[in-house]
Amino acid sequence: AADEALFLLLHNEMVAGLYRAAEQGEGENGRCTTKLESMGFRVGQGLIERFTKDTARFKDELDIMKFICKDFWTTVFKKQIDNLRTNHQGIYVLQDNKFRLLTQMSVGKQYLEHAPKYLAFTCGLIRGGLSNLGIKSIVTAEVSSMPACK
Amino acid sequence: ALVGVISFPPQNYPLYIRSIPTENELKFHYTVHTSLDVVDEKISAMGKALVDQRELYLGLLYPTEDYKVYGYVTNSKVKFVMVVDSSNTALRDNEIRSMFRKLHNSYTDIMCNPFYNPGDRIHSRAFDTMVNSMMMQVC
Repeated sequence: AADEALFLLLHNEMVAGLYRAAEQGEGENGRCTTKLESMGFRVGQGLIERFTKDTARFKDELDIMKFICKDFWTTVFKKQIDNLRTNHQGIYVLQDNKFRLLTQMSVGKQYLEHAPKYLAFTCGLIRGGLSNLGIKSIVTAEVSSMPACK
Repeated sequence: ALVGVISFPPQNYPLYIRSIPTENELKFHYTVHTSLDVVDEKISAMGKALVDQRELYLGLLYPTEDYKVYGYVTNSKVKFVMVVDSSNTALRDNEIRSMFRKLHNSYTDIMCNPFYNPGDRIHSRAFDTMVNSMMMQVC
C-alpha cells in the first residue's frame, strides 16, 4: 500500500542519508546507529502518547509488552509480532519473521551485515515508547536470516 | 472560582500550572502538591484491585473546605490535577471528565510537536488557549 511504502522509503533514505553524511566527514560511522536510535526514541515517545490516549490503563509490564507486540506493531508495521518470549525476569524477545523494513532487502544472508543499520531506528522506537510508559529499557536487535529479526 | 491545571511526568514536577484568579497562588500550589500523594495512593490501590483499574480518570481526589480536587493519570504516567472552588456546585462529573480528555488530547499534540522536548515545561500557545477557554467555561 502507498502509505506503507512512504514510511519504508523515508526510513531507508534516512539511514542512507546519515551514513552518506558520515562518510563526508560530518560524523563517525559508529555514531550513525546512535543517531538513528535517538531519532527512533523521540518518535516512539510521541507515538506511544497518541496510541495509548484512548486505551484502558495497563495492568502490568506484560500487559505493556503485549500491547507493543500487537497494537503498536500493527499500527507501525501493519502486522503483529510473530512470537513473544520472556524469562519473567525482565527480558523479552520479540520475534518478527518478516520484518517490514527488511523484506525488500533480501531473503537469507545477502546484505546481512547491513541489517543493524536498518534496525537501529526501530530499537529506539521501542525504547522511546517503553520509556514514556514508565519502563526503562535497553533494546537490541539481531538478524540471523533476512527478513526475520529478534 | 479557582481552577488550575497541572501535569506531572513520572518525576513529579509540574510541566504546566495555571490558575485564575492569581491571588491565592501559593495556597493553590500547595493544594496541588498534596493532591499528588493522593494520586499516587490511588494508583497503588489499583494494584490491589480496590479501584476500577482500567479507567484513566481518577475522579474526586479529596475535598477540602475550599476546594475540590480531581485527578487523571495517563498510561504514560502523566498526572493532570484540577482544582475547583467548592462553591462551584454546578460542575458535573462528566464535564470534568471531558475537560481532562481535552487536556490529554492537547498534551498528546504537544508530544508530537518536534519543538517540544519531553520533560520540558510546556510553553505552547495552543495549550494556553485551550486551558484558558476551559477555565472561562468553569468560572
